[in-house]
Amino acid sequence: MTDTFQLDGATVSFEPCQTVMQAALTAGRYIPHLCYHPEFKPHGSCKLCTIKVGGRTLSACTMPAEAGLQAESNIEELNALRRTLLQMLLVEGNHFCPSCEASGNCQLQATAYELQVMTPHFNQFFPDRPLDGSHPDILLDFNRCILCELCVRASCEMDGKNVFALAGRGITKHLIVNAESGMLRDTDIALEDKAMHVCPVGVILKKGVGFSVPIGARRYDQRPVGAQALDDAPRPAISGSCDACEGKS
Amino acid sequence: MSKKLRVATTSLAGCFGCHMSALDIDERLFTLLNLIEFDRSPLTDIKHCGRCYIGLIEGGVCNAENVHVLREFRKNCKILIAIGSCAITGGLPAQRNHLDLGSCLTEVYLTEPGLAHGYIPNDPELPLPLDKVHPLHEVVKIDYFIPGCPPSGDAIWKFVTDLIAGKTPELGHGLIKYD
Ligand code: SF4
Ligand code: SF4
Ligand code: FES
Repeated sequence: MTDTFQLDGATVSFEPCQTVMQAALTAGRYIPHLCYHPEFKPHGSCKLCTIKVGGRTLSACTMPAEAGLQAESNIEELNALRRTLLQMLLVEGNHFCPSCEASGNCQLQATAYELQVMTPHFNQFFPDRPLDGSHPDILLDFNRCILCELCVRASCEMDGKNVFALAGRGITKHLIVNAESGMLRDTDIALEDKAMHVCPVGVILKKGVGFSVPIGARRYDQRPVGAQALDDAPRPAISGSCDACEGKS
Repeated sequence: MSKKLRVATTSLAGCFGCHMSALDIDERLFTLLNLIEFDRSPLTDIKHCGRCYIGLIEGGVCNAENVHVLREFRKNCKILIAIGSCAITGGLPAQRNHLDLGSCLTEVYLTEPGLAHGYIPNDPELPLPLDKVHPLHEVVKIDYFIPGCPPSGDAIWKFVTDLIAGKTPELGHGLIKYD
């Protein structure tokens, strides 16, 4: 049986156990997001997907869809807050897009384009974050990490390896490599791992292939992130597992 | 015809790539020149910025002279626009910001191999470098930003013509870019 809710005045139908995000994307309605990934349990950390329901703000990626919900997403009030979140992410790391291998394929950059972020607005932090080039095939550039934990989740849940973790709290929070030396070469990460392919920005990079796709042919050169995210949305989405209630149903 | 709008442009800690990209508007430059005239700009060689409607600044702020020029532009331009990655984020020159300026100068002028009798340039004519490179908006109020490294000629054209037409400038998909 399918129920429906309202998103920005449009009717969105959903299956039991879908989140607002899943139902919206499946129905062809984009809600900006960074830490949500269709293949993983929701994380609810970046808050890009914040929507308004009855005057309250909620994360669309963790909020179970409910019949009759009246949700707002694409309104200037929320988009302005989303721009601020993006600007804070951009100044907190070192995001020098012109020299970044992920440029054009980067979800942070593409989302900032989608929301017309013209300036970082805040003062740049310019943190000092040395790279890890110890692994023969893989480079880690910590300067661009947005702490979405997708690599952590992929390595644990899909690769069964536990290569990455987040350490520290608040502004000192950062990505670490789970090895005594702290170096990637001392882990069992492999190029085929899921963790190699989920980073939404330009942290986990395969060596020797950078800039091989010309400007104009990269992922988000072709289509804005909103259109691309709809293509990537699983449909029909429903499997046995339940993301909204983590199997408690 | 009404009076032409005066426009000043300059490059601070930039590479002139944004100015070159502005020339990519090609023959539209003639249309533009019906609407605007240049004040201080590499195109006119006028040394100081007079009263202008629009000031376009490429490059961030990396030395004392940059600060003076930027303030002169702010004082004289009704609308000040930061153009390009360096003006907006500090860009390439700012990649030295996590390093100590003294050790940068030492490495470049004294300890690099092949630098016999090297010395750190100290001619009084040379502007003093700042400890860190700053985006423009960290020094003065900036009214608009045109991102890109460089922004395309089409993006610059769209932005400037929107502005001259009195519209809020907007760059859609393909025109807004950071690289
Ligand atoms: S990770 Fe994305 S936003 Fe950051 S520098 Fe690379 S392309 Fe730019
Ligand atoms: S490295 Fe990439 S995937 Fe991992 S937490 Fe940072 S941004 Fe997310
Ligand atoms: S996508 Fe929902 S909080 Fe990140």
